Amino acid sequence: MLTYTLKRLLMAVPTLLIVITISFFLMRVAPGGPFDGERQLPPEIEANLKAAYHLDEPLPQQYLRYMGNLLQGDFGPSFKYKDFSVTELIAQGFPVSLEIGGLAILLALLIGLPLGTIAALRRNTMIDYTVMGTALAGIAVPNFVIAPILALVFGVLLAWLPAGGWNGGALPNLVLPVIALSIQQIAYIARMMRASMIEVLGSHYIRTARAKGLSERQVIWRHAIRPALLPVTSYLGPAIAGIITGSVVIEQIFGIPGIGRYFVQAALNRDYTLVMGTVVFYGALIVLMNLLVDLLYSVLDPQIRYDD
Amino acid sequence: MTTESTSYSGHNVSGDAPVAGESLGRDAWRRLKQNKAAMVSLILLILISAVCVVGPYLLPWGLAEVDWNAFSAAPSLESNHFLGTDANGRDLLTRTLYGGRVSLSVALVATFVSLVIGVLYGAISGYVGGRLDSLMMRFVDIMYSLPFMFLVILLMVVFGRNIFLIYAAIGAVEWLDMARIVRGQTLALKQREFIEAAHALGVRDRKIVTRHLIPNAIGPVIIYVTLTVPKVILLESFLSFLGLGVQEPLTSWGVLISEGTDMMQSAPWLLLVPSLFLAVTLFCLNFLGDGLRDALDPKTR
Repeated sequence: MLTYTLKRLLMAVPTLLIVITISFFLMRVAPGGPFDGERQLPPEIEANLKAAYHLDEPLPQQYLRYMGNLLQGDFGPSFKYKDFSVTELIAQGFPVSLEIGGLAILLALLIGLPLGTIAALRRNTMIDYTVMGTALAGIAVPNFVIAPILALVFGVLLAWLPAGGWNGGALPNLVLPVIALSIQQIAYIARMMRASMIEVLGSHYIRTARAKGLSERQVIWRHAIRPALLPVTSYLGPAIAGIITGSVVIEQIFGIPGIGRYFVQAALNRDYTLVMGTVVFYGALIVLMNLLVDLLYSVLDPQIRYDD
Repeated sequence: MTTESTSYSGHNVSGDAPVAGESLGRDAWRRLKQNKAAMVSLILLILISAVCVVGPYLLPWGLAEVDWNAFSAAPSLESNHFLGTDANGRDLLTRTLYGGRVSLSVALVATFVSLVIGVLYGAISGYVGGRLDSLMMRFVDIMYSLPFMFLVILLMVVFGRNIFLIYAAIGAVEWLDMARIVRGQTLALKQREFIEAAHALGVRDRKIVTRHLIPNAIGPVIIYVTLTVPKVILLESFLSFLGLGVQEPLTSWGVLISEGTDMMQSAPWLLLVPSLFLAVTLFCLNFLGDGLRDALDPKTR
């Protein structure tokens, strides 16, 4: 297990290197720069600014400098948010994104797994059709459609909940973004859980369990749930990645001060360091999450052993 | 299967036959016809595409034409703005249909791009095998773990909002699964007798891949394509929603939804109409994809 973990961590290094390199050079070949404002800066000032941020050096040298700083955990200063380093901005925004994303994943599992299980147990009944029809709708309607409609209905028309804003993470402000972010994942998880549950219920050892007279509840809780969870576990990696990218839109719609919102703004502003910082940070996060999911998988499935 | 593959090559030599095997295709079509949800979806999809292509010619308004008498007008039958107008007095129905053209064209072209890259990559990797195969698949693994969404967003920001770039960027993202599927198929197929026979007859590798391997791997590929199309539409609307999609005066469903979101309190139809079009299209594509999977999957026979 340990060797496997180390090996996977080592494999993450080239992945992250590619991410960093691609985004670094993409950002730099983009027309326009961070100091193109409404007003043209006097050339001397612009030259001074560029020198201060080392933007006057040749590209390869800038690249090496960036990599060097990165190795020391320094993402550099933000060009647009003066007086803030990128590290500070990420440190500010991430807890907010994490709170919403974490709650969304949790909600998706808490609702998706039971729904899928129930649909599988009541296969080809009205319950099954209702759950699966709703799930398909949840997949077909993207979160950037669901979010404004939720805000319109519950925030504006009914006025039960705030239609946007963060308010320091107060509970009423959390509800709509978390729901909007999790609906699609609930749908995917429910569908997957239903399919794998049906497959497990058809297997021989379940028949054996029933034959030896176990109650239906025992059959399901003791024997069926764990193997049925496996495919869902392997979906958690993509689910987390989906929630992370989804948060980019959700944070924008609800005006939530997380990292997702920074990213698009920063890319449009040519805030090189902030864009790079977000991409690298999210890249590392996704790689790490995938690793965790794979390890979790091996815990759940005794057939899989990573130590060779 | 062997007879089927000989019929492929036979057809291809004469050069006038469809690529898909007829028996397989006819069988799948028969099974698909029995699936009501899939058929309704197929008809709806054809209808939506037809309306998007033909509709703008029949409507009295142009894509960017401003009606100075109707800003943010509500839907009404009397004013000829059947679904209302946006904040700039442009007819919503007209714009939604034009937007549909863009969204659907992105879906088709980007899926095609991903199809070509994925099928070639997977077939070569699986057929050549050995060191090249593991190298190529390792590359795919690495690509998988990249935060692609962010790179696509960067790409759009960097090279400007150009529809051809959208085609290419989305296509370049979506080919990975396709490559894996085709590689798996190829690995299984290349052990088969008819490939050996082709070798023995002295058919060149390139021809074996294009004439024998790819056509025989087409079933799972079709299934995957129908699943890719809604993903691509979603990705395009996502980019457009963030303001990184097509540029004014051109529009797409994602752009319209984004504009509608800003106006939803005063003019909710601006949000609801394009959302409905997008949702129905995605819904139908998903149904059709499920139906095709059932129809083409040999395991369910």
